Amino acid sequence: MARKKRPKKGLGGQLSFSDIVSISDFSRNDIEIILSEAKKLEKMPLQAKKQLLFGKTVATLFFEPSTRTKLSFETAAQNLGAGVIGFADANVSSAKKGESLSDTIRVVSDYADIIVMRHYIEGAARLASEVSKKPIINAGDGSNQHPTQTLLDLYTVEKAFGKIDGLTIGLFGDLRYGRTVHSLAQALALFNDVGLVLISPETLALPDYVKKQIEGRIKYIEAQELSEFIKELDVLYVTRIQKERFADPVEYEKVKGKYGLNKKSLEKAKENLKVMHPLPRVDELSTDIDQTKHALYFEQAKNGVIVREALLNLLKDVKKW
Amino acid sequence: MVKKTKDGLYIKPIEKGTTIDHLPVGTALHVLNIIGKTDSAITVAIGVPSRKLGKKDLVFVENKTLSNEQIAQIALIAPGATLNIIEKNEVILKSRLEMPKKVVGLITCINPKCITNMESVETIFYIENNALARCHYCEKIMSKDDYTARLRL
Repeated sequence: MARKKRPKKGLGGQLSFSDIVSISDFSRNDIEIILSEAKKLEKMPLQAKKQLLFGKTVATLFFEPSTRTKLSFETAAQNLGAGVIGFADANVSSAKKGESLSDTIRVVSDYADIIVMRHYIEGAARLASEVSKKPIINAGDGSNQHPTQTLLDLYTVEKAFGKIDGLTIGLFGDLRYGRTVHSLAQALALFNDVGLVLISPETLALPDYVKKQIEGRIKYIEAQELSEFIKELDVLYVTRIQKERFADPVEYEKVKGKYGLNKKSLEKAKENLKVMHPLPRVDELSTDIDQTKHALYFEQAKNGVIVREALLNLLKDVKKW
Repeated sequence: MVKKTKDGLYIKPIEKGTTIDHLPVGTALHVLNIIGKTDSAITVAIGVPSRKLGKKDLVFVENKTLSNEQIAQIALIAPGATLNIIEKNEVILKSRLEMPKKVVGLITCINPKCITNMESVETIFYIENNALARCHYCEKIMSKDDYTARLRL
């Protein structure tokens, strides 16, 4: 199969790549460019923003269902004045007829200026980036990567604290299977003096291969009890523990109680501790936290739009070949 | 023509072809898999004494040179092995196989949900510390045992 070489630099030599595929492609400089673009767009009046992608087309190809990610990308595209085409389900695309992903992407890259894609197959976004003439933004490829979630998480932290360097961040819950926390840990390792506290049941600890990626670049400790560390945390990032990860339902019930967060569990926390969650939540994050000053998760979801606007604006004129 | 080596073993040197020496014990069988079906005569020695390795495997292939792809696969599973090309009983080329940094199309991905196992895409792996192989597409990591069992033959 013919594969085109990716250009070394993105538009205007800003980002060091022209597709948003994986957090492992990012340097700290790339992240800072995106966060600063988001900051700039957040202050811009909607009428002015509407001109930025006027006449452009953004394709949202969702081979797997999604609510927040798809809607936030489409809102972002519309806020910048772009037209949106796409589908929300592989069953309504020609993938159902057996068309290869490569062919679908080649065709759509002639229709759209930017392609946002979610796919249930891992590595689909990387392949798409290699066959598409236009930038690909990975909106999730199976359990592999979801880089725009990580970017909006970083934007949320920076907005809340004015910095990321030097913070102590707790990752709480299922650290084994959650791609969100893997990418976040990788990205935080690019910053200075960030301390990670990894709090999970032993069976759902951060996998060794992720630890190897961050080792020597970030200080981390592993724990099973949140209460030991709650006083030290600036951010507590909560993830959902899924029932299907446990062979024994009794074990799940035990763990569920211990790794659920409510107002009481935050009694000893710093006054400015911020609780984050990628959403959707089920019962690991009690609604009694919603009205406290600790809750940052709805703000976090809202930031998804602005960060995606930043990505679309940075990539809008990129032509790869 | 049978000759006793310094190690005290009897082995038949070849007049023409390829010898692969200093293979870690157990890798000769994988090397045979890589060479595949051939009309050439092949001599294999497994677990023979070696001053350098303690024990080693050897594979001698008569009247045949290996393809670049076969050599790259052997380098991947047995870095440090020595490959000799023999002509008229003389070693005309000797090379020490080094672990490649990137391998293209030589192994398949362990992840059944990887795009390379779904579509016609050439696999690409990056060899990282401790000989781990990271898939360019799905980013899953395979150990040496994992990818030795996944050579594309």
